[in-house]
Amino acid sequence: MPAHPYFYHTQRNVVDQIDIKLTPEALDLTAVVRKVESEAAGGTCVFVGTVRGSTKGKPVVRLEFEAYAPLALSEMRKIAEALMQRLPLIRIAIHHRIGSLQIGEIPVIIAVAAAHRKAAFEACEYCIDTLKETVPIWKKEIFTDGEVWVSAHP
Amino acid sequence: MKLKLLAFGIAKDILHDRTIEYDLRSGTTIAMLRDALCADYPEFRRLTSISFAVNDEYVSETHVLQDGDEVVLIPPVSGG
Repeated sequence: MPAHPYFYHTQRNVVDQIDIKLTPEALDLTAVVRKVESEAAGGTCVFVGTVRGSTKGKPVVRLEFEAYAPLALSEMRKIAEALMQRLPLIRIAIHHRIGSLQIGEIPVIIAVAAAHRKAAFEACEYCIDTLKETVPIWKKEIFTDGEVWVSAHP
Repeated sequence: MKLKLLAFGIAKDILHDRTIEYDLRSGTTIAMLRDALCADYPEFRRLTSISFAVNDEYVSETHVLQDGDEVVLIPPVSGG
């Protein structure tokens, strides 16, 4: 990239290296991993979130996810962009599902490819940790005797 | 000035609706809107937090609202 005397930190153009998806359809693990494939990659770190069968010992019937889509997409993109600028990564994919999910189904898949594994591991963890803090997606647990929006109350 | 509020998650349950209109005086900030919501719907006080977005960006407490703004109510998020 051309160096300019007034800019000490040059932003890479990372538009093509980021794949963000929000969908009611079942996620496809192979497809997400393919999104980050590159012959420059030495390692790909993948996080797969899954719906647990119980919360604090209480059986869960299913989860329901909803999202404020425009902001969810832009916030997921922001997380990926920040990581692409900060760490030596090749590609990032973040796919999140919304709607009704059964036990064992997959609400989120994150894949990060890098030349070397250290950056991929770090980015993958940061990605899911930050998504859980900033992305406007909400999950509701459905029990046999009621429904609870996760984390809504202290 | 008229605001359109768009509610998600538990906020939608509290308002019993996805969208509602609010009529507030001009110069109203997010902090003032939050106070009005908590006064009209005390259940909002029980939430761990509530954030707001305008024009698809998070906004701070001091953000000044304009007539016709669409404000998104963002209760504690729980994605992933």
